[in-house]
Amino acid sequence: MVNITRHNTPGRLIAVEGLDGSGKSTQIYLLKRWLEVENYKVSFTEWNSSFLVKNATKKGKKRQLLTPTTFSLIHCTDFADRYERQIWPLLRAGYIVLADRYIFTAFARDVVRGCDPEWVKNNYSFATLPDIIFYFKIDPEIAVNRILDGRPKLKYHEAGMDLNLSSDPYESFRIFQGKIYEAYDKMANDFDFTIIDATLLVDKQQQIVRQLLREQIDLPAFKIKK
Amino acid sequence: MKFYGKGLPKCKPEELTGKLIVIEGADGSGRSTQIRLLTDWLESSGHATINVGLKRSNLVSTELEQAMQGNTLSPITLSLFYATDFADQLENNIIPALKAGFIVLADRYIYTLMARDNVRGGDPEWLKNIYSAIALIPDAVFYLNVSPRFLIERNFQKQTNLDYWESGMDIRLSRDIFDSFIKFQRKIKNEFSKMQKEYDFAVINGNRSPRAIFMDLQKKIENVLEKKSYAK
Repeated sequence: MVNITRHNTPGRLIAVEGLDGSGKSTQIYLLKRWLEVENYKVSFTEWNSSFLVKNATKKGKKRQLLTPTTFSLIHCTDFADRYERQIWPLLRAGYIVLADRYIFTAFARDVVRGCDPEWVKNNYSFATLPDIIFYFKIDPEIAVNRILDGRPKLKYHEAGMDLNLSSDPYESFRIFQGKIYEAYDKMANDFDFTIIDATLLVDKQQQIVRQLLREQIDLPAFKIKK
Repeated sequence: MKFYGKGLPKCKPEELTGKLIVIEGADGSGRSTQIRLLTDWLESSGHATINVGLKRSNLVSTELEQAMQGNTLSPITLSLFYATDFADQLENNIIPALKAGFIVLADRYIYTLMARDNVRGGDPEWLKNIYSAIALIPDAVFYLNVSPRFLIERNFQKQTNLDYWESGMDIRLSRDIFDSFIKFQRKIKNEFSKMQKEYDFAVINGNRSPRAIFMDLQKKIENVLEKKSYAK
């Protein structure tokens, strides 16, 4: 059994997790704006965005070269690049780091794709646990409808088409998101998710998030000194 | 065949009827020459053979190469990039070939990758867990053991400069690339001797002529193909 431990740096790591359509990106954006405007040392990082690895991932997805194993490893590589060069140095420097999706996204997706949970956990074990994990919990039906209402063109992996759940991308997406929801649910206790009701009004959720942040982090210590 | 650990999802190792033969050794140890000679010999004896090696995957080889040209590749990222490359070749080349009864000659395998990561200060258990879950146990592993001084000579016969990564310049063993190369290769050699027992390497004296090494390997591989023990 691999253990993932929490860092001992002057920084603080806040992660948001949740289904597509849960509104988590909006919430973390508002959190970031607030902290920036109030002059806190804050930085933001998002899933699947490493400059070094992004092209390989894009190519792999586009040409459907990925298996569950390589899908998992390539995302882990992407994450490692951001972690080693961005997240970890920022924590060392005493920043509040906001992460739009963190290792739990990988745990949920990779396990749903059939990877061994312990293996995936091991692979990400170089990363620290966040100080707070906000999980924007929402019924998958509602989240899926929020996304599908606009009849978007779903990407192959986004819809979970590689899992052969259904030949209809929309149906596949529904089933896939249901499975991701179950995977998040299983993790919620183990990793001590702070659950936010993602069906509340946007500003109500933001109030709750900011309040929790104030309670759990000594914010004045992160003010930029003038 | 067997996996070291749990194995890849949905792969049945008992269906793999080919042979997986690994040649390990540093840059300049003569691996590619041996692989060429062995491929000629195996194919002319009627064995279907494929070659695989590091950084040759369809999925990430170009991107990994590009990343290695810059100065921003950190050690965990580097190891995971190589792991992705390995897994892609394993699933798309090695396993299909073994299923079809081919001989797969691997120009390096997970051992080099683990040795490098350990020398770079990585957590040995971490990478071992990554690979042991997915890697097949080869039918034979031959390690071409060559002294670092001799490696340098051979390297300069191939090209006029030492490779940044093969010299371990990223871990600042010395500001002088020559010293760094010698130090790095010694450390790698040390890792290989630590792994030798656990992974059952046959150590081949690589400080000999290509012909002599080839004949040695040939004899040992004949035994593998007849399913005898290849060891020493």
